[in-house]
Amino acid sequence: MSVVLVRVDDRLIHGQIVVGWVQALGVKRIVLVDDAVSGNEWERELYTLSVPPGLQVEFASVAEATEMMAEWMQGPDRTIVLVGNVEAIVELCNGTDQIEKVNVGGLHDATGRTQRLPYVYLSDDEAAGLRALGENGVEVTAQDVPTARPVALRGFT
Amino acid sequence: MSEPLQGVVVTHGGVAQALVEAVKGITGDNGGLVAVTNIGCSPEALLDRLDTAVGTRRVLVFTDMPAGSCFQAALKEQHGRENLAVVTGVNLPMLLDFVYHRDLSPGEAAERAMSSGNRGIRSL
Repeated sequence: MSVVLVRVDDRLIHGQIVVGWVQALGVKRIVLVDDAVSGNEWERELYTLSVPPGLQVEFASVAEATEMMAEWMQGPDRTIVLVGNVEAIVELCNGTDQIEKVNVGGLHDATGRTQRLPYVYLSDDEAAGLRALGENGVEVTAQDVPTARPVALRGFT
Repeated sequence: MSEPLQGVVVTHGGVAQALVEAVKGITGDNGGLVAVTNIGCSPEALLDRLDTAVGTRRVLVFTDMPAGSCFQAALKEQHGRENLAVVTGVNLPMLLDFVYHRDLSPGEAAERAMSSGNRGIRSL
């Protein structure tokens, strides 16, 4: 299985990922799944510039990712699939049966959200969305960096 | 050039603050440098912080890595502006040199910062 991490993180591509997780998991490719970024040439360029040499970046909308997930899972390149919000991960998981685990890596404070962990803020709807994924058999845990202990779903929703 | 060039250091963790304090400790002045941290920030919140620090002035933005959230915020801030340049790999020699050469354009200062920063890296 070559998708080694499916992560929800509102910072999308950032230091914890391009350094911490990429090193820990031996990742060769990041697929950034975000409708706004995949439809915006300047943002695609920005994120392409934001990764160290040797690491490949691809972009997909949620709909495209739903189609491609099985191929990425079977492909040769160790890959992180990265989405920016709970809504997108719920849509992605509901659209494909390929995702067994979801890592919640960072969702920051915003209107309507309350703090669940130092790096996770969720609205009640978002918490319910993640719990529903859990009930559907997806293992959802929170973990910011590879050396941290994963927090089970009931510990933050 | 009327007003001296300003510098904004945006980094992961407390690196920016520590670097600016070290500059002040060495030169006796913060030399037009302001520190911005990404701690606890969503991309929008970090861009807000950076935007506040930059204002409308002529600025050289220093980031730690040529990747990641601070780098992205700096490029977003730069987008569509002519009086702002970005340089990555900030280190203390780079900042100390900047403090004494603030009569340059942002682009010239960025070129100079690359050289001074590189000169600060040696293997002995």
